Amino acid sequence: MTTGKKTGADLVVQSLLEAGVEHVFGFPGGSVIPLYDALYDAPLIHILTRHEQGAAHAADGYARATGKVGVCIATSGPGATNLVTGLCNAYMDSVPIVALTGQVPVPMIGNDSFQEADIYGITIPITKYNYLVKDVNQLQGVIKEAFYIAQTGRPGPVLIDLPKDIQVAEVKSKKLGPITLPGYILPSKGHPRQIEAMLRALKNSRRPIVYAGGGVVCSGASAELREFIKKTRIPITTTLLGKGIYPENEDLALGMLGMHGTKYANLAVHESDLILALGVRFDDRVAGNVARFAPLAKIVHIDIDPAEIGKRMAVDIPIVGDVKSILAMVNQSVEHQPRKRWLDRVAQLKAEHPLTYNKKGELKPQHVIQTLSDMTQGGVTVVTDVGQHQMWAALYYRAAEPRRFLTSGGLGTMGYGFPAALGAQVGRPDDTVVLLTGDGSFQMCIQELATMRMFNLPVKIFIFNNGYLGMVRQWQEFFQAKRYSHTHLKYNPDFVKVAAGYDIPGFHVTDPRRVRAAIDKALSMDGPVLVDFRVAPEENVFPMIPSGGGQTDFYGEGDE
Amino acid sequence: MRKMISILVRNHPGVLSHVAGLFTRRAYNIESIAAGETENPAVTRITIVVSGDESILEQVTKQLRKLIDVIKVQDLNYSTSITRELVLLTLFASPERRQEIIHTANIFGAQVVDIAEKTVTVEFVGNPRQINTIIKALAGFKVKDIARTGLVALPMESQLELHRNVL
Repeated sequence: MTTGKKTGADLVVQSLLEAGVEHVFGFPGGSVIPLYDALYDAPLIHILTRHEQGAAHAADGYARATGKVGVCIATSGPGATNLVTGLCNAYMDSVPIVALTGQVPVPMIGNDSFQEADIYGITIPITKYNYLVKDVNQLQGVIKEAFYIAQTGRPGPVLIDLPKDIQVAEVKSKKLGPITLPGYILPSKGHPRQIEAMLRALKNSRRPIVYAGGGVVCSGASAELREFIKKTRIPITTTLLGKGIYPENEDLALGMLGMHGTKYANLAVHESDLILALGVRFDDRVAGNVARFAPLAKIVHIDIDPAEIGKRMAVDIPIVGDVKSILAMVNQSVEHQPRKRWLDRVAQLKAEHPLTYNKKGELKPQHVIQTLSDMTQGGVTVVTDVGQHQMWAALYYRAAEPRRFLTSGGLGTMGYGFPAALGAQVGRPDDTVVLLTGDGSFQMCIQELATMRMFNLPVKIFIFNNGYLGMVRQWQEFFQAKRYSHTHLKYNPDFVKVAAGYDIPGFHVTDPRRVRAAIDKALSMDGPVLVDFRVAPEENVFPMIPSGGGQTDFYGEGDE
Repeated sequence: MRKMISILVRNHPGVLSHVAGLFTRRAYNIESIAAGETENPAVTRITIVVSGDESILEQVTKQLRKLIDVIKVQDLNYSTSITRELVLLTLFASPERRQEIIHTANIFGAQVVDIAEKTVTVEFVGNPRQINTIIKALAGFKVKDIARTGLVALPMESQLELHRNVL
C-alpha cells in the first residue's frame, strides 16, 4: 500500500482494500464525486445499481451469501435516505454491512444545504454503530473500526457519513494501532457451569427438540450443529433465517416452525420437554404467544447477545456465548440416548400432518417450489422476496446448506429479493442463484433489471404472479370478510416484455404440466432469465397460526 | 418500578443521541437524564432514572451495555447511593409576600438567588424527595418557571464498605 500524501477519498479506497473488500455496490451523486473519482481506477469492482435501495439490499445479499462484509455507497441526502430500508433490513437480520454515504461539507452541515440529510441521526436506531467523520485524520481508524464492529459479535450494519470536504482533504496514511473499544466486549465461549446445566437437562429430557436460527449461520456453526444432531439424534426445527443449517431432507429435520411453519414442527415444540434454542430470538412470528410456547418444556437459550436472553421468553438455562464454540465443547461430552418413543412420536406427527395442498386446477406455487427443490436437491442458492411466495419457499424448498436460502426475516422487506439475489450472485459467481419473488415484491425493485443486464448476472427470476398482494389478501379473506382493500393489483405489466426491454430472455408458464420443463430450461440457460409463473390467484398459505396464537392454534383448512 | 442507572460512555458528539435514541426505539420510560464529563475528559457519566416493570428494567441495562460507546453500566440502589438534584424555582411574589418565600426557603436550606420586582428565584439542592417537599411547601405561590437538572448519583462508598464488612 502506498503511503504519503493523499486525499480522504484515496484513504477510503485504501482502507476498503485493506479490509479485503473486492466488490462494492453503489450509486454516485454530488457529495461522493471525490470518492467515485478515487474508485475510478481502484482495483475493486463497483456494481452500479439503479437505486440506492438496490445497492443496500445487494450488499446484504452479498454478505449473507459469502459471510463477508457487504459494502454500499450512496450520496448525501436522498441517496443516503434510500439506504435506510436496506440498513434496517440488515440490522433486523444481523447482516454485516458497511455503508458509506456522502455528506455536505462540514461547514455546511446544519444549514439545510442542498441534498443534506442527517443520516447519522436517522440511522442511529437501525445500525449497530454509525459515524460522522469530521476530521480526516480519524478516517482511517474509523473505517477499520467499522469493519471490525460490523462483523464481530452479533453482526450488523455500520454507516460512515463522509462530508465532501473530508473526502478532498489531504491526509497522510498512517500505520494503525490495535482497535480500542473499551465498551465492546466480545462474547465468551459460554459459562462452563451453564453448559453443564444444559448437559444435565439434556440427560434428563425425554422429549428434547432443537430450535435453531440465524445465529447458527452467523457463527458458522452448521458443522457443529450437524455433529450434535448426529450424536444426539434430537429432532430439529429451524427459523426462516436458519434454513439450511441442517439438511432439511433428513428424517430429524422438521422444517420451519412458527406462524407459517409446519404443523409437525409446532406440535413437536408444544409436546417437547426441553427446547434447545440456538441463535434465535423467540420472535413473534415463531412464538406468537410466549405464555403458551412449549408449556411443558425447560428452555435452554444460547445466544451471543445477552440482551436477547429473556427479552421475550423467560429462560431456564441461559448461556451467553458463541454457539459454535459452545456446540464444539458440548459435542465432546454429549452422549446418545435412544429416546425411541419420542422419535416415534415425532415421526408420527410428520406422517399425520404432512405438507399438502390441493393439486387440482390452476398452476400452484407450491408445485413450482417443490419441483425446484426436488430437481436441485436444495443445492442452489434461493433468494426470496416477501409475502406468500416466501412462506411457500420456506415450506416447500428444502435447503441443504447454510447461506443458500436468503430472505428478509425480521423486517419483511418487499423488494429485498431481486437486488439481494444480484448481490449473492456477485459474491458467488459459480452458484446457481434463483430468485423466488411475487408480482408485488418484484415491482418494488424492478429497476435492477438494468444492473442484472449490465453485469450479466445469471440470476434465474421466478415470479409467482397472482395479481394480488397475496399475503395481505389472505389476511383480508380470513379476517376482513374478503374486503380486498387495495390488494388486487389489477394492472401488472407483462414481465416477460419488460425483461425483453432489458434484453433479458423470459417466458410465461401457465400449465402445471410444463413446470419441470420450464425450470429445467431456466436453470440450463447461461445468462439471466425471467420466468413468469401465472399461479392460482387466491391460493392461501397453510398451515397458519394467527397473530398471537400458540403453537397449536392452527387456522382454517390447514394441510390435512 | 423505578431504577437509577449510572453509565460511563465515550465522550463524543453523538453519544447522547445514541443513548437517548435507545430509549425512544425500545419505548422505555425515561424520567430523567443528566450528563457531564468525568475526571477523564474522554469519558462522560450519564445518570438515568427509568421506570418500568422488572423485565423491562433488566432489558434497559442489557440494551445499554450493547451500545458500542457505553463503557460501563451500573445499577444504583437508592439506599446505598448519594443522589442529588438541583432545582431553580422562580415564583411570582409581590414585595409583601417576599418574606414568606425567603422564610420557607431558609427552613429548607435553600438559597434565594434573585429578587425582581414581581418574582423571587430560589435555588435548592437535595435528593428527589427533598426537592418534591420544597416544591410542595412553596405550592402556595404561583410558579413562573421551574428548571431541574435531573438526578445525578454515585454509590455511597461508606455504605458499601459497611455492607462489605457485614458480609
